Amino acid sequence: MNSAVAFAEERNPTDWQSDAMQKRIRKRYASERRFKALGLGAIVLSAGFLAFLLIVMVGNGLRGFTQTELPVEIDFPAMTGGASPSQFVGANGSANLRSLGVQDIVSTSVQIQYGEQGTELFSAGSWQTVQAAILDNPGIVESRTTLYLPVGSEIDVAYKGDGNASAEKTVEELKDQLSTGFNSNFLFNSDATDPMQVGIWGALKGSLITMFITLIIAFPIGVFSALYLEEYAPKNRFTDLIEVSINNLAAVPSIIFGLLGLAVFLNLFGLPRSAALVGGLTLALMTMPVIVISGRNAIKAVPPSIREAALGIGASQMQVVFHHVLPLALPGILTGTIIGMARALGETAPLLMIGMRAFIATPPGGIVEPATVLPVQIFLWSDEVNRGFVEKTSAAIIVLLLFLLTMNALAIYLRNRFETRW
Amino acid sequence: MTGSILFLLIIVLGGIAWFFGRVKATRFSATNPKRGTVHSLPNYHGWYVALWAIGPALLFLVIWNIASPALITDAALASPAAEQLPQGQFARGAILAEARSIASGEQVRAFNPLSQSMVEPYKAAISYYQMIGMVAALLLVFACGVFAWLRIKPELRARTKIERVTMMTLLLASLIATITTVGIFASLIFESARFFSMVSPIDFLFGMEWNPKAVAGPRGETGFGAIPLFWGTVFIGAIIAMIVAIPLGLMSAIYLTQYAPPNFRAWMKPILEVLAGVPTVVYGYFAALTVAPALRDFAVSIGISGASSESALAAGVVMGIMIIPFVSSMADDSIAAVPSAMRDGSLAMGATKSETIKKVLIPAALPGVVGGVLLAVSRAIGETMIVVMAAGLAANMTANPFSSVTTVTTQIVQLLTGDQEFDSPKTLAAFALGLVLFIVTLLLNLIALRVVKKYREAYE
Repeated sequence: MNSAVAFAEERNPTDWQSDAMQKRIRKRYASERRFKALGLGAIVLSAGFLAFLLIVMVGNGLRGFTQTELPVEIDFPAMTGGASPSQFVGANGSANLRSLGVQDIVSTSVQIQYGEQGTELFSAGSWQTVQAAILDNPGIVESRTTLYLPVGSEIDVAYKGDGNASAEKTVEELKDQLSTGFNSNFLFNSDATDPMQVGIWGALKGSLITMFITLIIAFPIGVFSALYLEEYAPKNRFTDLIEVSINNLAAVPSIIFGLLGLAVFLNLFGLPRSAALVGGLTLALMTMPVIVISGRNAIKAVPPSIREAALGIGASQMQVVFHHVLPLALPGILTGTIIGMARALGETAPLLMIGMRAFIATPPGGIVEPATVLPVQIFLWSDEVNRGFVEKTSAAIIVLLLFLLTMNALAIYLRNRFETRW
Repeated sequence: MTGSILFLLIIVLGGIAWFFGRVKATRFSATNPKRGTVHSLPNYHGWYVALWAIGPALLFLVIWNIASPALITDAALASPAAEQLPQGQFARGAILAEARSIASGEQVRAFNPLSQSMVEPYKAAISYYQMIGMVAALLLVFACGVFAWLRIKPELRARTKIERVTMMTLLLASLIATITTVGIFASLIFESARFFSMVSPIDFLFGMEWNPKAVAGPRGETGFGAIPLFWGTVFIGAIIAMIVAIPLGLMSAIYLTQYAPPNFRAWMKPILEVLAGVPTVVYGYFAALTVAPALRDFAVSIGISGASSESALAAGVVMGIMIIPFVSSMADDSIAAVPSAMRDGSLAMGATKSETIKKVLIPAALPGVVGGVLLAVSRAIGETMIVVMAAGLAANMTANPFSSVTTVTTQIVQLLTGDQEFDSPKTLAAFALGLVLFIVTLLLNLIALRVVKKYREAYE
């Protein structure tokens, strides 16, 4: 008692206005501001990385959707010996066109207009543009027509910005005639060796087929597993084993699934290499745990009162689950499924393991035909030395990102629109 | 193609069976005046008949597909053309395999004239057994369907039976995850065992030289020392990537949870999550196209020797960016789990916000943050495309971030793409690397989950 009083007397109250104290407080507040700025800086830096990545990709990639063209005047009546438009209409149209020898007509016309070396200016497949133009509008064969044909890759790169010296010189000479047009090849062609002729349709179709297989395998298995684990599974060792393996699968690196696909689907079952079927199966095993985990959360969120009410009016256990719990949990399950599918769509490594990296110049016709997918196509193009592939790679990335963005937006929409908070 | 048509046909027949079963059940439940004498609703009777019609037939087809190749081979061998085949087990097998793939249309021309002569007997045998299988399957559909249809009675417990089948289906579906895990483990162990029978595990795990291309003979191999790969993996995934991701992720989480106005938080959190949703191949391309050349130029300009256009730094930095949202969301969760009484207590004592965060929140949330970092590391070392595209193939033991190193995943891709024969140690080495990767990520995950769980319990 006594000592406490003595202590209180000895110690003066803190003088907050003193210089030392004010200085200390200022220091603490400054450190507070520094810390806060550091946090904001971290966020801005992270978002800045994202913005930089997107700007680089879009900046490079938009040029991939355009192509540089030169006008070529083709004297169809003289060169075809008077072909009539009706020849190229209907079922025999493309056969007649093939016998016409469009390739020779185009190279002759080019040589007339741009001299002997003229064909080197153009992309090797530029005659296909002419062929497509005739099929599109057979009337043009009746007169002299000027068509805009894609130039060779080097000139294309030089015209768009940074080419090599000789191509720059050519561009300088032809500056008045060169123009920029929409590159429809890029959307409708498949892989090729000439960057002016490549397209993403083959890879996109491969991706769609693969995703379809992934979905029809992973979705039912995922939903059923989630239902079993949440609604029926007894608490025992066996159930624990299932739960542990699902959680574990969700964390396994994707390349390990590729090794599994190689060892089991290709070598043990003897399924065809490079096929969308094997890719879909491998990705399904990878996506399934994601669907199970999100499905379980969605099922858990359905309040027990719904189950009890259904049981109370005489529904069987199975009817409760399939008539009431599952429909209520479905929006949540779908959201998880779309997110899992988006991840599978961007996945590359496991597909490299099962041989989906071959050069495939035609879109796949079925699930066992050799196919490639968008991310793998991006990887393959990124390895090409030809400068023309840089913009094509970025353009393919834009397409892939658009797909992923759409899927994620759909997931967010579904969650906001249908998910009920109980 | 006949297989899928047959499958569709069976499904359609199943639909018809469903209809008949339902019609019969509707009739007797309509004419039955007394309630409660009919056990199940008409739908369940329909499903009962449909399942009986489809199930046995599909089961039969599966068994038939497994058994029939052996029968077909026997039938082909019994043909007169088979007499000229060589007696040697191996040569015989090769010819038969070739003939089989020609007969089924997978291959166009034979390399061996003997296989060409076997094609016809094979074709005959294949079409014969396909016919038998098809007829038997369709007969099975009808027989079982009619059997089940005849059994439909008011007192038949159709619903109970259907529910039992559904239950089995659910159980089977949930077993697939376990089967996959076992499959991964078994295939990795099996192939690695073959590898380790050729290369000693000690040499593999502790050898300092990685050069699988130089390997020549079937025994006495060198060049399978994986230490440089392990170092490269740790250097990129656990050191450089974490130096980028931990401060940025942690500070972002702190700012978003403690300082940011709700509006800002609502916008920035999804934007950060987009970073995790960008496909890794895009990051890889970004690293190789933009980041790596910039870093090389920077290194050259400040006079660092050994700067390569495929640098550990480029791959590591980009991987770190990819991991930011992962670290940030784990840190977010664990900071949110700290009881608010601790925070309020500290603030009430006059501590500033940053002092509270540094002295109270972070220490309390540390186990969760550490768990999150471990999970992030396990993700980073399993990441493939960024390192394949940006980190290079040279197996260097170097701590210079501007030089090229290689990682486990890069080498797996390298060993398994291109031409491969399945028995060479080169190919099998990929599975051994995969096994190491699998075990390490598994352990990291188990430790991380245990750490997180233990600490959660401490506050609950």
